[in-house]
Amino acid sequence: MHRIAVGTNILEVNEQIAEENRQIFQENGIFVVNLMSAPGAGKTSVLEETIKRIRDNYRLGVIEGDLMTTLDTDRMEALGVPAYQITTGTVCHLDARMIHNALHGFSIDGLELLFIENVGNLVCPAEFNLGEELKVMVYSTVEGAEKPKKYPVMFHEAEAVLLNKIDLLPYAGVALEELERNVLDVSPEAEIFPMSCRTGEGIDDWVNWLINRIETAKKKSAAPETLRSSRAVTL
Amino acid sequence: MHELAITQGILEIAEREAAKHHSGRITRIKLQIGEFTGVVKEALEFSFEVVRQGTLAEYAQLEIEVVKLRKRCPSCEKVFESKDQFDFFCPQCNAPAQIISGREMQIEYIELD
Repeated sequence: MHRIAVGTNILEVNEQIAEENRQIFQENGIFVVNLMSAPGAGKTSVLEETIKRIRDNYRLGVIEGDLMTTLDTDRMEALGVPAYQITTGTVCHLDARMIHNALHGFSIDGLELLFIENVGNLVCPAEFNLGEELKVMVYSTVEGAEKPKKYPVMFHEAEAVLLNKIDLLPYAGVALEELERNVLDVSPEAEIFPMSCRTGEGIDDWVNWLINRIETAKKKSAAPETLRSSRAVTL
Repeated sequence: MHELAITQGILEIAEREAAKHHSGRITRIKLQIGEFTGVVKEALEFSFEVVRQGTLAEYAQLEIEVVKLRKRCPSCEKVFESKDQFDFFCPQCNAPAQIISGREMQIEYIELD
């Protein structure tokens, strides 16, 4: 018997493929958003509302992840947005390889913004990087104020947390302040956007933040070139 | 149940290491799993029972060490663990703290015949 030190990340293969995806997206100048939530929190509705407000700014596409059906892709195509459906069968999350394979069947040529709607699940998707630039979580306020404490990992991983269905707060008996405090407790840096896809309240704030985030990332990726040219001038 | 996918990842890595060392039998796999991950120890053990069939690790012991979530406060440098809840604010100065452990998902070592 002998012991071999390994020290390898179990998700190493996923990380490698995610990195390949990231490079493909970067080379093509595509900003990629990974949208995660429990089932029924409103990811697809948030996407629809976001797309209506952002479609004039960017050429966009959507990859949909679900266990079954093409219902979500149909909703995206109804908006005139190119969409590709991944049906995972029984797998409870999207992984980097699924996205990689999707790129063989779905043309990202000319896209500037790609939304990936993950499989509805409050736990698993948080562990699998897809090669995205931005992780966003949708949480419906009617799920209760305490869930961020109970299922903290996804909240912690998300840069922005969208608190959807605020129009239902009075019926659900959930205090928004308490929910926001619980999100910040497990994810101090999170940007929080209370909203309702039904009434439209709060969606513009999120969309403006997103546009800002995309533009900042664009400037950052353009920065090395600026550095190079300024160096060329000094030489 | 993403533990199944994770367990497959574990076995791929373990079998690759065993092959590198020309071994046909893995006797132990030691994991470090952070408590701030979406991985459940029991589900991992259950998945392992299923996935190890017919692999070099068919008779291997799976040992899982759960790594505590620890955070460091950027302003006072205090390192603290969570008690019953995962909160990220320093108990001394209330500043948001950074994770220093508890997100691990790695194979620490394997033992071969």
